[in-house]
Amino acid sequence: MNAANSSIRELANKEYKYGFVTEIETDTIPRGLNEDIIRLISEKKHEPEFMLQWRLKAFRHWLTLEGEPTWANVHYPPIDYQALYYYSAPKLKNKPKSLDEVDPQLLETYEKLGIPLRERELLAGVAVDAVFDSISVATTFKDKLAELGIIFCSFSDAVQNHPDLVKKYLGSVVPHTDNFFAALNSAVFSDGSFCYIPKGVRCPMELSTYFRINAASTGQFERTLIVAEEGSQVSYLEGCTAPMRDENQLHAAVVELIAMDNAKIKYSTVQNWYPGDKNGKGGIYNFVTKRGLCKGVNSKISWTQVETGSAITWKYPGCILQGDNSIGEFYSVALTNNYQQADTGTKMIHIGKNTRSTIVSKGISAGRGQNTYRGMVKIMKRADNARNYSRCDSLLLGDKCSAHTFPYIEVKNPTAQMEHEASTSKIGEDQIFYCQQRGISSEAAVSMIVNGFCKEVFRELPMEFAVEAQKLLGVSLEGSVG
Amino acid sequence: MRMLEIKNLHVKVENNEILHGVNLKVNAGEVHAIMGPNGSGKSTLAKVLAGRDGYVVTEGEILYEGKNLLPMLPEDRAREGIFLGFQYPVEIPGVSNMYFLKTALNSIRTYRGLDELDAMDFLAYIKEKMKIVDMDDGLINRAVNEGFSGGEKKRNEIFQMAVLEPKLAILDETDSGLDIDALRIVAQGINALRSEDRATVLVTHYQRLLNYIVPDTVHVLLDGRIVKSGSKEMALELEDKGYGWLEEETLVRPEANS
Repeated sequence: MNAANSSIRELANKEYKYGFVTEIETDTIPRGLNEDIIRLISEKKHEPEFMLQWRLKAFRHWLTLEGEPTWANVHYPPIDYQALYYYSAPKLKNKPKSLDEVDPQLLETYEKLGIPLRERELLAGVAVDAVFDSISVATTFKDKLAELGIIFCSFSDAVQNHPDLVKKYLGSVVPHTDNFFAALNSAVFSDGSFCYIPKGVRCPMELSTYFRINAASTGQFERTLIVAEEGSQVSYLEGCTAPMRDENQLHAAVVELIAMDNAKIKYSTVQNWYPGDKNGKGGIYNFVTKRGLCKGVNSKISWTQVETGSAITWKYPGCILQGDNSIGEFYSVALTNNYQQADTGTKMIHIGKNTRSTIVSKGISAGRGQNTYRGMVKIMKRADNARNYSRCDSLLLGDKCSAHTFPYIEVKNPTAQMEHEASTSKIGEDQIFYCQQRGISSEAAVSMIVNGFCKEVFRELPMEFAVEAQKLLGVSLEGSVG
Repeated sequence: MRMLEIKNLHVKVENNEILHGVNLKVNAGEVHAIMGPNGSGKSTLAKVLAGRDGYVVTEGEILYEGKNLLPMLPEDRAREGIFLGFQYPVEIPGVSNMYFLKTALNSIRTYRGLDELDAMDFLAYIKEKMKIVDMDDGLINRAVNEGFSGGEKKRNEIFQMAVLEPKLAILDETDSGLDIDALRIVAQGINALRSEDRATVLVTHYQRLLNYIVPDTVHVLLDGRIVKSGSKEMALELEDKGYGWLEEETLVRPEANS
């Protein structure tokens, strides 16, 4: 693949666009993790007592755990949890009352990232909550949404202003005992987004959170909680970037979604954390627990993710289909290049009757990238007429990368219908040559072929994200063959 | 005008010499047929012209419109007006035929310093071209060649040719795998695109395509060399007598027998 090779190599010299560091004064607490640190975090955030107790309970549980889960198909040196900072925040003299009071350097950072923070971006129709290291910096459109009764704010604000809702739903989908990283997150999470859509309200705009890790040796632990009341609808987008740093940075987030009767939640992620350099140095360890509960009848939760960043991705957004006739969907594109490793997939737990789930996973491996799909579909005893359709496709570029598929299926009800399709293909020299012969450069050909491969997933993304995702794939494929 | 000139072309594939000194001249406005048995090097010749990797020219040269073709990238050859109709067109799942062709056409236009066509202009432009090969909307909107029948794939190749309007079209076994109706449609398309400033090289195993497309010259490629050139009547003779008599007539090089 010589011709293709050389042009892809040219593309390889493109840098990770978001790798800059913002020089900003930060308020950082000492390294390490113990109960005092947790008390300090809670205190910094002026949290009510119940939050502190919740954190401490999670921390004490975390201490009893043997260590990180080892079943995933990813390899990395042990993480020294005592060497990390668990809280780092841009120093704000006073809490900003409006965007005008937000540090201009921060705004500039978000500008560089292309985030429509300013209200002049109204046309973009995206309300943004921006999380910088540990704290949420600004939330746009808050007032406009409030008129509809929608609460969209940072998690810290929610703890202050809506403690009852937080108390009621926090940990109700992903309990602190769920797994090692969920326990850690529950103990030390510093901010995140909170979203509540009241009964019958259809959120008129896309809600969005941008996460940014800036400070060195800092773990980012945010939590997102979305509650969609009866008959409501919301579409939520999440984007992530980080500076280029030589050491690995830890990101362990938890996302919980709850959909009541007839409610719909669509959750889209474009994850572009720093993937490390081409020799595998640096990059984000992305250990994330995302789960949605279709609590009510006819409810629907749909996950769409485009995972191009991170040195390691460990993530299985799932749905618990508890309500009868509820629907769970998972659409995923995971791309690994250079030395990136991804072990990602979904869990669909069918509890209610006539529940349906769809899984479409597209894994792309290039360079020495290693891509694993791991999915579980569980049909419980009571789930009459449950249906699942799963499709897992892998695309290989070059001969040093790998793709793996681990589908687990557990059926306890004989009326279930399960379909599983899987394929592995390689971008062919023939395909690239065919495009070249029609006047298309090999670089554009690779990008076109990969985008074609991902089409089923991209069309699930909101328009502007779909465009971004396509571009992102092009950049992420740098140095991908050879 | 001289479109293509191949001089003493020697080509190796995986260290085996396939072409042992091919000479060929093609002028604008002409249709040349290159015939020969399996393994004679017909497809190799087509691929070398298009710039396929792995086909190493060890001797000789190729001039296209007077310019040295060999150092040019495959995409630049296409942008300069060389089109290869593939014997086995590849499938590109998830990429619509329309999008693929628009990207191709605009890459070529950009290279030539022309403005790109937007979606509406492109649509209007291909409407005309679709008639040439009886292309239906369905095929246009489907992924490139995915699930196409053999005939549809070949028709799609000719359709692409019509859209891209090459100066030199090399059609590699365009007739293979076609039933008689499909063959007629494809041949019609090729004929419709014949013009004074365009040259066509038909690479074919059988004479039957030449019933529909009358070439100016027929060449016989045997064991990597053009051993005989003549008029279309020679094609009929070949059909009748096979290639055997030519093999005997020609001094066969020892490596060709190995």
